[in-house]
Amino acid sequence: MPKLIKLTDAGPDWADDIFIDVADEDAIPDGPVILSLARFQAEGDALITSNRPVGVRIEAGEAVEDLAYDLPRIAVVALVFPKFRDGRHYSAARILRERFKYEGEVRAAGDVLLEQARFMIRCGIDAFVPADGSTPEAWAAAASRYRHVYQRATDDLVPAFEQRRG
Amino acid sequence: MYRYDVIDQEMVQDRAREFRIQVARRLAGEITEDQFKPLRLMNGLYLQLHAYMLRIAVPYGTLNGEKLRRLAHVARTYDKGYGHFTTRTNLQLHWIKLRDVPDILDQLAEVGLHAIQTSGNDIRNITADPHAGATADELDDPRIWAEVMRQWSTFHPEFSFLPRKFKIAVTAAVKDRAAVKVYDIGLAMRRGRNGELGFEVMVGGGLGRTPYLGSTIREFLPTRHLLSYLQAILRVYNRHGRRDNIWKARIKVLVASLGAEEFARQVEAEWEASDKEAVDLPDIELARIRAEFGREFETLAPRSTVFEARRESDPAFARFVRRNVHAHKIPGYAIVDVSLKVPGETPGDMSSEQMELVADLGERFSLDEVRINYEQNLILPHVKLDDLPEVYEALKGAGLATPNMGLISDIIACPGLDYCTLANARAIPVAQHIAERFADIDVAEGIGELKIRISGCINACGHHHVGHIGILGVDKKGEEFYQLTLGGSGAEDATLGQILGPALPANRVTDAVDALVDTFLKVREGEERFLDTFRRVGMAPFKEAVYAEAH
Repeated sequence: MPKLIKLTDAGPDWADDIFIDVADEDAIPDGPVILSLARFQAEGDALITSNRPVGVRIEAGEAVEDLAYDLPRIAVVALVFPKFRDGRHYSAARILRERFKYEGEVRAAGDVLLEQARFMIRCGIDAFVPADGSTPEAWAAAASRYRHVYQRATDDLVPAFEQRRG
Repeated sequence: MYRYDVIDQEMVQDRAREFRIQVARRLAGEITEDQFKPLRLMNGLYLQLHAYMLRIAVPYGTLNGEKLRRLAHVARTYDKGYGHFTTRTNLQLHWIKLRDVPDILDQLAEVGLHAIQTSGNDIRNITADPHAGATADELDDPRIWAEVMRQWSTFHPEFSFLPRKFKIAVTAAVKDRAAVKVYDIGLAMRRGRNGELGFEVMVGGGLGRTPYLGSTIREFLPTRHLLSYLQAILRVYNRHGRRDNIWKARIKVLVASLGAEEFARQVEAEWEASDKEAVDLPDIELARIRAEFGREFETLAPRSTVFEARRESDPAFARFVRRNVHAHKIPGYAIVDVSLKVPGETPGDMSSEQMELVADLGERFSLDEVRINYEQNLILPHVKLDDLPEVYEALKGAGLATPNMGLISDIIACPGLDYCTLANARAIPVAQHIAERFADIDVAEGIGELKIRISGCINACGHHHVGHIGILGVDKKGEEFYQLTLGGSGAEDATLGQILGPALPANRVTDAVDALVDTFLKVREGEERFLDTFRRVGMAPFKEAVYAEAH
C-alpha cells in the first residue's frame, strides 16, 4: 500500500494511504476514493450514502467554499499544489480549518517539497505526499527549524506577542 | 529605536542557520537550482551578471551605529569595500560568493540584521517616512506600525508564496516622504472624528511595466485592526491574483481588473468573516513596541549662537543648511541629510569608511540613529544645532556633504545594466553624466527642486514614472535608448509622468535634459518648481525644445 506522511501527536510519521486517487476518466473502484470536485458534486452523494470514505481533490484555482456544506461528510480534502511556488492552497487550508472548522484530513499533494513543511503545518495541513522523497524525520526537522513564530495561524504554536507576556 | 529582544534575536539566528542548511543542500545537489532559487530569493540572494548579489534589509530605513558599522565590515570583508543603498532602503552587495553567505548572515544576525524577505514573492521589507519620530508634522511615529507589520509578515505561513512580490509603505505625516501611493499597500495615518487614530488604506499602486497610483479602499481603518485588515487584503490577493503571467501578477492588476470598489467589497467581506481578535495585536504588545521608539530629548534653546555665527560667516555652510537640513520637532535639534549624490559618482553607493564615519557621527551627535530614505541618501535625524558645524565638517571631509538634496543632481538611479540581469540599458552612467553637467551648485540651486529618476528597464526600480523628469532605458535593436517622461511625482501630489516623445540615444540624454531645463527657466514664473511649470504650461514647449534640436 502506498505511504504518506501523516502528522500525529508524536510528530510526522509514515501512514498507509488507504485512498485511491481517481482520475475523472477512470471508473470508480471499490473502497475509499478521492474524486475531483466536479465528480464529487455529481457522484459523491451516492458513494457516501453507500457508507464508504470519500475524499475530494481541490485544484489550486478551485474554491473550498464550494465544499462547505459537504465537509462534515468528507474524509479527506486533498489540496493539489501545481507548483511549489503556487501558494493559493495555504489560504484554502486555513479557511477549511479556521472558518469551516473542518476536522478531517487536509492533505497536500502535487509539488510538495521539504522546504514547505513548516508553512503547510502552520496552515493546518496534516498529511503530505512529498514529491521529493522526504522522510518523516526530515519533515519533522524542517518543520522545527525555528524556535518562535510571530503570528497566530491554524496550529497551536504560541506567537511571540503572547510568549512575551510570559 | 526598536531593539530586538531574545525572541527577535533568535528568529534571525534561526534564519541564518536555516539558510546554512539550504545552501549545504544545494551544494550537495539534494535540491535543484530551480528549487533553490525561491529559497535563496526569500533571503535576498540574486544571481546577477557577475556574481551573487545579497540584499540586506534595513527595516523602515532605521539603523544605529553598531548595525551600520557591521554593514561596513561585511562590505569590506566579503565584497569590494562598498555597498549600494536602494530605493527600498535596503543595502545591496553586488560581488558576493554563495559559500560566504551563511557566514555573512551569521555576522549580520549578531547585530539584529538580516536579509529576510528582501526578495521573493512574499511581503518585502516595509518602508516608512524617513523623518519619523523627528518631524513635527506627523500624528504618530509610523515606525511603530512598520515594526508591527515587520513581525507579522516575517515567515508568514499563508503569504510566503504570493503571486508576486508585495510591498508596503507607511506614513503618518502630511508631507509624503515615503511615496505611499506607488506601493502595493500604502498606509497614511489619519485622525478620525472622535480623535481616534487610523489609516487611509490605499491598494494597487506600483510602478513597473504598467504603473498605477493606489486606490483608497478604506478611508479610515482604526489602527488596532491593521493586521486583520492586511490579512484580508493579502488573502484576497493570494487567492485571486493572476499566476499565469508574471507581468500581470502584482496586486495592482487585480485591483484594476476588478475595479477598486469590487476589490474593496471582497476585502471587507473577507475581513468580516475572519477572527480579528486572533490576528490583531493586544494593546499590551502595541504598547511595548511603542515604548521602544520613545526618545528622550534635551531641553535646548531654540536658537544656537554657534550655528548662527557659522551660517552668517560661511556661505557654503549656509547652503548646506538650506539644502540638507530640516526642521526638527524639538527646539534646538535638526534633521540632517547625508548626500550620497556626489556628481560623477554612483547614486546610493557608500564605502565602508564612509559608513563607519556616519556610524560614529550617529552615535556621537544623533542619539545613535541613522536613517536611509528612498531617495538613496542617509539621514542623521536628531542633531543639535550646536553640533551642526562639527557634523558638517566631518561629512564634508568624507565627501558626504554635497548640498544638493532635492536638486537636479540628487538623482535616483537603479544599478542598471552595469549589474542587473533584467536591465535593458545602463542607468548609472546616465545619472553621472547629468549630475556632472549640473555640478555647479549655484546653477543647480537656481533651477530649484527637480527630481530626476532613472530606471534601466521597465521594472522601474529607479522610480522613473514619478520623476519630475523620468528616464527609462530601453533596448532598440541591441542599442541603449532612453525614453523621457515629464511631470511625475511620488509625493503627496502623486502623479505619473507623461511620455515626452520618441526615445533618445544615450549620447543625447544629457543635452535633452539641458534643453528641458533651459525651456523651464525661460517660461518659469516666480519661484515655480519645474513640476509646477510643467503642470501650468504642459508638454508642448518642452517637446519642441528637445525634438527641434534634432533637425
